[in-house]
Amino acid sequence: MGRHARWVRVSHWVATIAFLALAISGFVILMAHPRLYWGNTGNDLTPALIELPISRNYRHGGFTKPAPIFQSTQSPVSAVRTYDIFNENGWGRSLHFLSAWFLVAAGGIYLLAGAFSGHLRRHIVPGKTDLTTQTLARELREHARLKIPAATGGPTYGALQKLAYAAVVFIVLPFTALTGLAMSPAVATGVPLLPGIFGGVQSARTLHFASFVVLIFFLVVHVVMIVMSGFARQMRAMTFGA
Amino acid sequence: MKKRRKRLPITRRQALLTGLAPVGGLILTGCSRELPPTYGNILRMGDTLTYAAHHALLPSQGLVREFTKQDISSFPAIGVTDPGDPSLRRPNDSYRALQHDGFKDWRLSVEGLVAKPASFSLAELQRLPARTQITKHMCEEGWSAIAEWTGVPLSRVLDAVGVKPSARFVTFVALDGGDESVDMLDALHPQTLLAYGMNGADLPVRHGAPLRVRVERQMGYKSLKYVQQIVVSDTFPDAGKGIIRAGWSWYAGI
Repeated sequence: MGRHARWVRVSHWVATIAFLALAISGFVILMAHPRLYWGNTGNDLTPALIELPISRNYRHGGFTKPAPIFQSTQSPVSAVRTYDIFNENGWGRSLHFLSAWFLVAAGGIYLLAGAFSGHLRRHIVPGKTDLTTQTLARELREHARLKIPAATGGPTYGALQKLAYAAVVFIVLPFTALTGLAMSPAVATGVPLLPGIFGGVQSARTLHFASFVVLIFFLVVHVVMIVMSGFARQMRAMTFGA
Repeated sequence: MKKRRKRLPITRRQALLTGLAPVGGLILTGCSRELPPTYGNILRMGDTLTYAAHHALLPSQGLVREFTKQDISSFPAIGVTDPGDPSLRRPNDSYRALQHDGFKDWRLSVEGLVAKPASFSLAELQRLPARTQITKHMCEEGWSAIAEWTGVPLSRVLDAVGVKPSARFVTFVALDGGDESVDMLDALHPQTLLAYGMNGADLPVRHGAPLRVRVERQMGYKSLKYVQQIVVSDTFPDAGKGIIRAGWSWYAGI
């Protein structure tokens, strides 16, 4: 039975701390403007796709009477904000980007070491035997009945577990990073394709939030599984490798 | 009772962090002198690393996307929306008079590391070759809006006064006391404008009349409104340093 390699343990905990800092600062940033849109533009004077009731900025309506910009009935409008909004983006944004650097570093080490050591191929990417209807159906039945196998203290993962880890490592986290980068005006200038493929900067912001929701769901299930398979054993294994 | 230790102006940890900060930039750019200070603040280090990475990896004079008239959107006015408003903490008393005269007596002063310091009236700026661009304004709060801006490229004005070769930063100072600064790459960028027109009309008071800057590759807060003074320098100007120390990034390209 294998143990967690040191680089797995280190990158796991650096990524964990970075992810939690990203999640908290990201939520604080969202609180400054809890409205989501599609396309390139979206603001308090345009309709929202989703409005989240997460700060006093939610539907505050603190604007002067909108005045048309052009002389036509369909004209966009301009108005002056009269409301002191909740905004903690000063530290929120800086902490978000600092944590992002740590997650990129931990993720880079993990992917490189994982590719060269064969860890990703052997333990993370689901193999042929994992992806049979029989295996998946059995694991789904057992998970539904909350029959979770006891921890082994190392990387011998079930098929559903591999699918979840592979989805987060290869799809959700890279997608989150790309939708985040797509919101950067400097990056969008150098790589115009980036906001373009997501349908615009506000679409990228909405998708960035959606991937945050997926990652929080993963985190909750992950922690529940750790607790159910033996919390102390799992924490020892991921921290000390024993 | 414990002996009270004298508080040193810089703690060892701060010194260590300050020393570490440029290392990321050093690796990425091979030159740490170009980087803004971190004040020994760990959050500032992330911003400095981002600044260095953008400079190392992105084209230095890439152009931002320009949109069409159909894309012009609604545009909220936030922050200071009238420097003459008496309810402000520091209302600008002369703004009302300037505004009343259509900014006839207003002047923009350009000084610092330049061969011929000068001041320009609005009419003089409007006589310089103009540029009109329809671009997206990205606010750090999370919203965005598209507008058409008309103005003189900052590089034209800097050429007119003759920037000295050692110049590295340009600081904008506003009528209401606010300031912001950019490096020469952004100052000389072809889409960096001193804008006096918005959406085909004069720049409205709420959006910075008579003159605002447009720094298109950075977040909206770098595009300072009510600009009345421009200072060229060869050292980091520490514009808005209280704000930078409080957590706001000097470099707002992200």
